[in-house]
Amino acid sequence: MKHSETTGKPVEKRQETNGPEGAPLIIQDHYEIDYRHSYAQDSPFFVGLSEGRLLGSRCTGCRYMYATPRAHCMECGAPTTWEALPPTGRVHTFTVCYYGGESFLKETPFLLVLVEFDQVNTLFLSRLKGVPLEEVHIGLPIRPQFSDTPTYKVTDVWFEPIDRS
Amino acid sequence: MRPVYMISGGITKFAKAHPEKDFRLMVKEAYDAALQDVPDLSKDMIDGGVGSYFSDHFTRQLKAASMAHDYLGLCPKPSKRVEGGGATGGLCFQSAWEAIASGRMNCCVAYGFETMSRVNTWKGNEFIALASDTNFDFPVGGFYSGYYAMMVNRHMHEFGTTVEQMAMVSVKNHLNALYNPYAQKAKRLTVKQVRESPMVATPLTMEDICTMSDGAAVCILADETIAEQVCDRPVHITGIGSGSDAMRMADRPHGKVPLLPHEQESDYARLKYPGVHSFRGGRMAAKLAYEMAGIRNPLEELSFVELHDAYTSSEIQTYEDLGLCKYGEGGRFIEKGIPFMPGIEYGLPLPDQGRFPVNPSGGLLACGHPVGATGLMQAVFAFWQLQGTIEKHLDSPALQLRDPRRGLIHSHAGTGTYITVSILERT
Repeated sequence: MKHSETTGKPVEKRQETNGPEGAPLIIQDHYEIDYRHSYAQDSPFFVGLSEGRLLGSRCTGCRYMYATPRAHCMECGAPTTWEALPPTGRVHTFTVCYYGGESFLKETPFLLVLVEFDQVNTLFLSRLKGVPLEEVHIGLPIRPQFSDTPTYKVTDVWFEPIDRS
Repeated sequence: MRPVYMISGGITKFAKAHPEKDFRLMVKEAYDAALQDVPDLSKDMIDGGVGSYFSDHFTRQLKAASMAHDYLGLCPKPSKRVEGGGATGGLCFQSAWEAIASGRMNCCVAYGFETMSRVNTWKGNEFIALASDTNFDFPVGGFYSGYYAMMVNRHMHEFGTTVEQMAMVSVKNHLNALYNPYAQKAKRLTVKQVRESPMVATPLTMEDICTMSDGAAVCILADETIAEQVCDRPVHITGIGSGSDAMRMADRPHGKVPLLPHEQESDYARLKYPGVHSFRGGRMAAKLAYEMAGIRNPLEELSFVELHDAYTSSEIQTYEDLGLCKYGEGGRFIEKGIPFMPGIEYGLPLPDQGRFPVNPSGGLLACGHPVGATGLMQAVFAFWQLQGTIEKHLDSPALQLRDPRRGLIHSHAGTGTYITVSILERT
């Protein structure tokens, strides 16, 4: 943890209350941290995105197919294998976010979608771009687009409507 | 298992910020308020405590429950911290129940708190969203309101639920809270005002979503001997249940509804469940709690519910999970006026007003949601309701139901990943 130069600087002192006991002292205390985050068994998915491939997981036991990958099946516990998802999907549900967590505020408004694929048992969360906000609806056919400059985050893929992309 | 009773409860005022009090002092205030109602309970009768707070990021103090425990003067008695997202308080309540039911303790204090004011609202939203999958979900949006908005859009698609029905939940809960001095955000609203407040994530507006809060709550649970010794009107906890679902909404299955005794498979012949429109963990929690308490038809056999309405949409979805109505009928349930309080003027046509009050206290929408305290706050309101001491504690009889016999409290975490249901009965 790194403490910034602002650490310990009083930013607010309430003087309106009676006496020292009633006046809380509030300081600004900055902290930040770098993690060494491993994608571990999910790593092939993120490598796949950097190569323009969207990979899901198929169970080697019960054949359940996951749009969002996991190395072991939630249904039967068997290991899964990597399998490419279909080239197109549809909007299962969506929302337009006008606010967000602090680091996403600059991107608002943005569209979140859960994507459904034929013959796949689960969904995939992504952003939808390249469509007027009022034209989005459940069932809209969409397909993935991949970043040319991968950051090895799940945002290296997003979706666009088929007839516009 | 031994019978378990709630013998007292205390709450601090929930507020946007309590800069003059840290979490220890807030818990102490709630604890002292609870002790005041059971003067014959001495410290040597208390066997231990369970602490409840959600986020180490908000507190910036690991093992904060240890500090609350020592501040209450409970060392060296047993102590631990329980954490389960938004359901932290409900899980804490059930952990204390387990301590008594198992015979490990005869009296246990459940205390919870959250200090969310230490960061700005949007950093706070980021902290909360870290309770979603940080590989696959957080980097895409990092915003719980967005997740719930996607869920209710699918609910609207499946069942025809409307934004006006959701707004009615907001009108009801904010107005109930006008009679609850502990609430953070009591006010009279219209459906139009709810819809015209700033859009957060379509279709949820600011008035569809609870706020962040500072606050604490305490419940004291005991066995029969202590309950009889120190409390005039103890409340019997006759059922507990909890459930779970996959962290990623995307992973939820599309299968069959686990049925309650008053439902039939044919009711849901074409419904793919839970998908992202319903909370499977809530249905599981209700089913287990009803089985323990011997409840076959909740609408007929319960008097009221205090449920986790972090969003107006999740209140409607929860009516269905709890079996107060069938899946798909939650919107009409509120529209008919069933979950409104009797005897309060809401400015809405409500043909079945007051038939089954939900969130008499004002719920999270109006009381606020200091996460670790919330589930315990619901228990305290339900306890006072069943004791018939609402007027004593809230300085108004407006929210006191006539002759309530059995109440349900419901606590809920991250898009339904952990959910608890507990049943409380008058003795």
